[in-house]
Amino acid sequence: MRNLASLVFTAGLAFLLLVIAAQLGFGEPPMRVGGAILEQAPAEVGAANIVTAVLLGYRGIDTLGELSILFAAATATGLVLVRGRKDCGHGTSDPPGGFILRTGADLLFPLLLVVGFYIILHGHLTPGGGFQGGVILAAAFFVLVLARPGADGSGGTSHTAIAFIEGLAGAGFIAIGLWSLWDGGEFLAPLLGKGVMGELLSAGTLPLLSLAVGLKVGAELAGLMTQLAEQPAGPQHPHPQAEDRGS
Amino acid sequence: MIPDVDLDLQTLFALVMVALVLVSAVLVLILDNMISAVAASGVVSLGVAVLFVLLHAPDVAMTEAVVGAGLSGVVLALGLRRLGLWQLDATDTSPERRGGKPDA
Amino acid sequence: MSAMGPDSLSFVVVMYVGAFGLLVIGAIGMVMSNHLFRMVLALVIAEAGANLLLVLSGWRDGALAPILGTHAADVPMVDPVPQVLVLTAIVIGVGVQALAVSVLLKIHRIYGTLDVRALRRHLELDICRDAGMAPEGSREAPAGERPLPPPIPVADALRTAATDQTGATS
Repeated sequence: MRNLASLVFTAGLAFLLLVIAAQLGFGEPPMRVGGAILEQAPAEVGAANIVTAVLLGYRGIDTLGELSILFAAATATGLVLVRGRKDCGHGTSDPPGGFILRTGADLLFPLLLVVGFYIILHGHLTPGGGFQGGVILAAAFFVLVLARPGADGSGGTSHTAIAFIEGLAGAGFIAIGLWSLWDGGEFLAPLLGKGVMGELLSAGTLPLLSLAVGLKVGAELAGLMTQLAEQPAGPQHPHPQAEDRGS
Repeated sequence: MIPDVDLDLQTLFALVMVALVLVSAVLVLILDNMISAVAASGVVSLGVAVLFVLLHAPDVAMTEAVVGAGLSGVVLALGLRRLGLWQLDATDTSPERRGGKPDA
Repeated sequence: MSAMGPDSLSFVVVMYVGAFGLLVIGAIGMVMSNHLFRMVLALVIAEAGANLLLVLSGWRDGALAPILGTHAADVPMVDPVPQVLVLTAIVIGVGVQALAVSVLLKIHRIYGTLDVRALRRHLELDICRDAGMAPEGSREAPAGERPLPPPIPVADALRTAATDQTGATS
């Protein structure tokens, strides 16, 4: 009965999607907002990558809301998992990473950092930006954690430092927005002149905003992954078939 | 930036990638082993990233490749490890271990 | 810009099929799987389909990527706004996945299972216990942490008296 209802539901969903698809024109969007942005962005923002111009300029406050959603998700994850962290002294600990893994992680870490910061700082010129580079930074830190798990699987990562970087980056983003507001413009309007399109120091405050977004996303995701990687304590429920197997 | 390829070739490539993505999406739902299912979801994300490149969205393709195939897989795999479902062989066929795939 | 024709139509039709297929497969997995972790995986698939559909809504025939300086200035470019929305949606998606996985960890820690049917039984027993009712339609052994029924004192007293008597007579 439940399967029948589920099938009816999905069939209805598919029918609805087909109706929507029939209403859409195939490959001919009206593009009013997008067309206007494509026309005005080179003169107003000066970023070669129009996606970054929209992300941090035209829809910057949307990006701020998105960052706060990510912050809320990371905080809620920490809240839900906090019981597992308190009594992880008698949990099973990971085996050590081994020589090759540790050396490889040490070699890979600076390269990943360089790639991450390159992608963050060139977000207004080439594909990339704060989100992609921030994820790469988080991956760089997580490689270190994987190579040296430590006693509780956290790799000795300091949650305080991560929270500090995260808060600093978020405050920097808001401060740049308020600065342009105080300067007489609108919130997050680009400042500092447009520069020459295609150079690194162009597009005003967009590289700074991109750096703030990258650091914030990287710190949040790194904290989230280390929280998930920490080894839990033994099973606290009475069901014996569900013991935890950290391998 | 993809070069200006022949459109027939582009459509063919899109067709192959869409087929790959849909097949791995079905595999996510029917595979017994949870690790394989997570890997198949990574394949779905990679295929969708290639489709984003075909749609001239390089930023989105980068994000999808980094996040969908890398970070999301890591998060799900860490969750699997803490849930005790990290098993390479499917010898234990109790319904809890088999993961309750849809019984349609 | 290449010559456009029925080929581009078939290209975009293939893309729509992919996006709708991912959405429908994800929805089927979410409503029909019996394991909570597989529901999360199905959510990931449906997310990918929705993202593909959004980016596809900004695609135009013969348009190139919205990055200046890589092609001639008069070439039309695809709509950047859906791309930005999808860019943020992908990163939000991984946060939502992490939150869902941590909630699953909590459920697994408390109930010891992630099977939907077993969880439903556990929840019904818990609700009945909190409400002080007997579980619906069952005379089975007490499950969960429901206390055993208290022993009847009169019968106990009779039994001890009987064992005392037999011990005394033998």
